[in-house]
Amino acid sequence: MDSWDPFVLARIQFAANITFHILFPTISISLGWALLFFKTRFVATGQAHWMQAYQFWVKIFALTFALGVVSGITMSFQFGTNWPGFMNTVGNVAGPLLAYEVLTAFFLEATMLGIMLFGRGRVSERVHTLATLLVALGTTASAFWILALNSWMHTPAGFEMIDGQAHVTSWMQVIFNPSFPYRLTHMLIASGLTVSFLLAGISAYRWLRHDRGADVLATLKAGVYAAALLIPVQIVVGDLHGLNTLEHQPAKLAAMEGIWQTQKGAPAVLFALPDEKTQTNRYELAIPKLASFYLTHDWNGEIKGIAAFGDLHPPVAPVFWAFRIMVGTGLLMLAVSWFNAWRIRKGRAMMPWMARVLVAMTFSGWVAVVSGWYVTEIGRQPWLVHGVLTAAQAASEVPAANIAITLTMYLLLYVALLLAYVRVVFYLARKPETAAQPLQPAGVRPRALQAREGAA
Amino acid sequence: MDLVPDLSQPAGWLPLVFVGVMALSMLAYVILDGYDLGVGVLLRHADDGAQKDTMIASIGPFWDANETWLVLGVGVLLVAFPVAHGVILGHLYLPVALMLVALTLRGVAFDFRVKAQASHKHLWDRAFQLGSMLAGWSQGYMLGALITGFQDGAWNMLFSALIGLCLLAAYRLLGAGWLIMKTEGRLQRKAVDWAWSSLWLTALGIATISIVTPLVSSRIFDKWFAFPNVVLLLPIPLVTLVLFVLIARSLRRLPKRLEQGNEYGVAVPFAGTIGIMLLAFYGLAYSLFPWLVIDRITLWQAASAPQALMVIFYGVVLVLPVIIAYTVFAYRVFWGKSTALVY
Repeated sequence: MDSWDPFVLARIQFAANITFHILFPTISISLGWALLFFKTRFVATGQAHWMQAYQFWVKIFALTFALGVVSGITMSFQFGTNWPGFMNTVGNVAGPLLAYEVLTAFFLEATMLGIMLFGRGRVSERVHTLATLLVALGTTASAFWILALNSWMHTPAGFEMIDGQAHVTSWMQVIFNPSFPYRLTHMLIASGLTVSFLLAGISAYRWLRHDRGADVLATLKAGVYAAALLIPVQIVVGDLHGLNTLEHQPAKLAAMEGIWQTQKGAPAVLFALPDEKTQTNRYELAIPKLASFYLTHDWNGEIKGIAAFGDLHPPVAPVFWAFRIMVGTGLLMLAVSWFNAWRIRKGRAMMPWMARVLVAMTFSGWVAVVSGWYVTEIGRQPWLVHGVLTAAQAASEVPAANIAITLTMYLLLYVALLLAYVRVVFYLARKPETAAQPLQPAGVRPRALQAREGAA
Repeated sequence: MDLVPDLSQPAGWLPLVFVGVMALSMLAYVILDGYDLGVGVLLRHADDGAQKDTMIASIGPFWDANETWLVLGVGVLLVAFPVAHGVILGHLYLPVALMLVALTLRGVAFDFRVKAQASHKHLWDRAFQLGSMLAGWSQGYMLGALITGFQDGAWNMLFSALIGLCLLAAYRLLGAGWLIMKTEGRLQRKAVDWAWSSLWLTALGIATISIVTPLVSSRIFDKWFAFPNVVLLLPIPLVTLVLFVLIARSLRRLPKRLEQGNEYGVAVPFAGTIGIMLLAFYGLAYSLFPWLVIDRITLWQAASAPQALMVIFYGVVLVLPVIIAYTVFAYRVFWGKSTALVY
């Protein structure tokens, strides 16, 4: 076991946990708002199918939320167990941000979730809608704080180093650090797109199974339209985020583009096998000068190559490929959502083959989100906090064997839970009782009724 | 004591406040998640699926928020006492991992059991029960390790394993007390029996810990048995004893009353157990103070910079009352006997 590097194991373990975790908040952030939309449509129009849509999707929300909570608890322990050097060095920055996330977001969403799920009939319709709103607000507030901290790790600002520890000089600069507005917007839209394709995919699946009630058609349309609206915005925001990265983390950008040597008129590499040893691309397919144009808005603009950063650059191949997977998924989303939006607007019926494409793309948002996070997080290496602390400096002294045992345990659990989650989501879409449900859930005794019984 | 710095300075009182917040969160966690873990532990004694559904329905609206207290407690340890967080969780690496896997299994089983195919339900029930047991036991194990100051060796591990069982018994008692309040009919009667068996286990556990802990740690022995401390501390074991007697008396009378449809005193076992846990917690806090890691790191040595703590302090002062307010609201909404969970 001595041959296993505990540092590498700790990184794999943390990456596995955070990859598993991010899947669920990505859905619950936007699904919370989608539920609020369904609920308010129902209240406004009185149309039963909006409540049916709510009642179907709230089940998936509850399941997703539970997985997010439990994997999030794991995260709160692993900050300390895997990276003790992180809190020791930048704890004065990270601590308050994490504390505010717990205080303003976690309790709010977890408590209101109980009322949102089980409170109908016990509280008024208005309080129930309010609880739904507060859950959605809670999930979004949580994203705000954690992305503020994450962005600060990429583009730290508003602090000074005293005796090897970061001390805050301006909280505004810490929170609204240079990459934060871009990252937050990019991530929230990514969440919106993930949920759009989830709505469209599951609805298309139900449509294919001849479950074609008004609620299924409404969520199909909502998913397709939301995706069609969000994807062009996401492309623009993603581009702006990229320019921000060029300014603050040029090594990451060079890895994303696969540019080894500093050059003027850099090509846009479409395909290549980056080779770390020779610092070249094999089998490169590229469009000359295009990268310089879209990065510097000048056909002959200079782009710094990876070689210019010495040892302080990320591993190129994973960043390069993750970036292409993300962009590719985004382009596919653009094509599919626009085609479907156009057909729905024209009043044309869904085509079975297209419905199958949507089903296949049910979790396409996950692919884009995870590959996007790999671009930005692997792209930050070898730094943990850019320019302040490397990941190796923050590593713990836990024996490799302990990490290996627990890593195996986590991996088995996560794979099993992921499979179970996807299977159950599709199973819920097949379940006959989800097709038609009474508006008033059975077995719930309103408070007023209980009070009367108590008095009797 | 020269271990304690000048408390009029922020560097003195802020860490003290945060140790209080951490202790409060951990206490809230142990009591709140304690009853829902306890219900999970008791699940296998249910007669049938319907009883299981009722048991789980009684904790459904609460468990998410209950577990958040653990995140706050560990969060405060992480952000206010980063040095201790690294040392403590580094030593507790394996039991922490076990607890996390158990909590994960249990948290998701909660949702999966009603959403997956009916044929899988019993598997998720088993996962729920196993997860609850392992989570409770590993938490007790960690407590044991904290008391002994993370010393290795077979005796210390045995001691920790024993505390794991004690905490499990206490959770079981809390869970049974919760069910006596929240359920009706046959399940309620069964819960009284479960409370009986848990009561004996808990009493045995607390007695053992009280005897063994001073033997394991001479420092704790000195702290408790020096004069005049011993006189001032005497109320702790005495009140604990009184509470045990009260719970036992209530459990003996409840079956007859419930038969007559009289719900008088159904909250006594639960409330009494909370009282016992408060006292045990107080005794423990007294034993450990001012150390976060016994004889190695005091709470002041481990604290973050006062400026950072001050920023969090404002947040805590503003937000914690709001959290407590809406938590009380949520408990009021679901007050009374629990009903089927349909949504």
